[in-house]
Amino acid sequence: MAQYLISVLDDTTNSATAKEIAAIDEFNRQLKADGHGVFAGGLAAPSTATVVDGRGDEPVFTDGPYLESKEYIGGFWIIEAPHLDVARRLAALGSKHCNRRVELRPFLGA
Amino acid sequence: MTDVQEVITRVHRAEWARVVATLARRFGDLDLAEEMAAEAFATAVAHWPVAGVPPNPGGWLTTTAHRKAIDRLRREAKREEKHQEALMLSHPPEPRGVIDDDRLRLIFTCCHPALAMEARVALTLRMVGGLTVAEIARAFLVQESAMSRRITRAKAKIKAARIPYRVPLREDLPDRVSGVLAVLYLIFNEGYLASDPAKEAVRGDLTAEAIRLTRLLHELLPTDGEVAGLLALMLLTEARRPARVSASGELVTIDAQDRSRWDRALIAEGHALVRARLASGQAPGRYQILAAINAVHTDARDARDTDWSQVVALYDQLLRLDPSPIVRLNRAIAIAELDGPQAALAEVDRLPLANYHPYHATRADLLRRLGRRQEARAAYDRAITLTGNTAAAAYLIRRRDQLGEP
Repeated sequence: MAQYLISVLDDTTNSATAKEIAAIDEFNRQLKADGHGVFAGGLAAPSTATVVDGRGDEPVFTDGPYLESKEYIGGFWIIEAPHLDVARRLAALGSKHCNRRVELRPFLGA
Repeated sequence: MTDVQEVITRVHRAEWARVVATLARRFGDLDLAEEMAAEAFATAVAHWPVAGVPPNPGGWLTTTAHRKAIDRLRREAKREEKHQEALMLSHPPEPRGVIDDDRLRLIFTCCHPALAMEARVALTLRMVGGLTVAEIARAFLVQESAMSRRITRAKAKIKAARIPYRVPLREDLPDRVSGVLAVLYLIFNEGYLASDPAKEAVRGDLTAEAIRLTRLLHELLPTDGEVAGLLALMLLTEARRPARVSASGELVTIDAQDRSRWDRALIAEGHALVRARLASGQAPGRYQILAAINAVHTDARDARDTDWSQVVALYDQLLRLDPSPIVRLNRAIAIAELDGPQAALAEVDRLPLANYHPYHATRADLLRRLGRRQEARAAYDRAITLTGNTAAAAYLIRRRDQLGEP
């Protein structure tokens, strides 16, 4: 089994309608039931982010996202699938249920 | 000596995909499969002229490549102390019965929709076609290093994203087959149309390669109508190649071609495929309809004998599957023969194809036939500016100049 990250591309935060949220919940239940579900979650707005650089003697904390962009990751799934064909099918279903475009990306060497 | 080299070339063409595909399944690694197949062929080049060609060259190559792969894995295992992994991979070769499926697996993997189109094309020509990276780079006019990176990136994505090495599930098959056909048709057209004049020297190689790969796919999926349709379409198009460009390098349109120069053997083979599809009674797809249109053209001994009503009927059928302006343009060309240039022009003028050179070439011809010389000249000018093909430009310039002084 390999693991994949499905990131949800969005341009507004907390914008999911009640209907979309219900569809996502249903999809998450199905993922778990089929043994594909690892983790899923929604993210707060990029403006709530803090960039942390702990490489120096003292950590540096900077307010805001590291990159200003029109689109950002609004939420994500980590799924388990035997290969890309299954992962693509699940990503397409995820996109349909949350009503947003998603990016599908494999984890390294899993 | 020369005989052996010819044998090696022939064996390379016939067996490359099989050797790569078998190794890819056994070791689960396209890189290793490609490298060891190449090494096995290099060994053949060194040994066969001395020791003679083995009775079963394909089997010899597969076995040699397989041994080399095991040696490589053992060496790496020793070095990296991953002995366990190598032992796991070096299971004995499986029986030969499933080998044809391996080539199909290889084709579907190289043409996987998760890869960019240009990566699919390059990977298919390298892994299935056995062309060298240098040959592929030359055909597509890019630096060898850039082509090499393109292929390496594609293989890395297959590995990292776990693109499966398998024939797709039944419900995905039609979609995935049409993806493979798109790759093969693109390779064929790249060779046939050669929009870049500098590519013309190698374009014959690409059409021949596309036909060879489509033949292989047809062998592996004999009941797939669209595979048969694309093969027929390629054969019937390729058959006209000897008459398509004049001695002076000018494009010759189908109505003016010397039909005695058409390749009768290719036409017979293409017609047989089209007839078999018609007899199947199944609804034809895009490639089968295009093949049928080409069958009508190549059926006529003289351009005047062309059954234009049949051509229009086939385009109507195609429009129901693909209502694109390019199909409508081609239908309009047939309408001109059936109902005259005025009816055709009315169709053509409605099409949003202002940047497509055949659109302007078609308009120019229709306007010329209607005696509207000024407008015809402007349309020829536009078509000449837009075409990147020297043979087409030469034809259009002559037609424009035949209009006489403005």
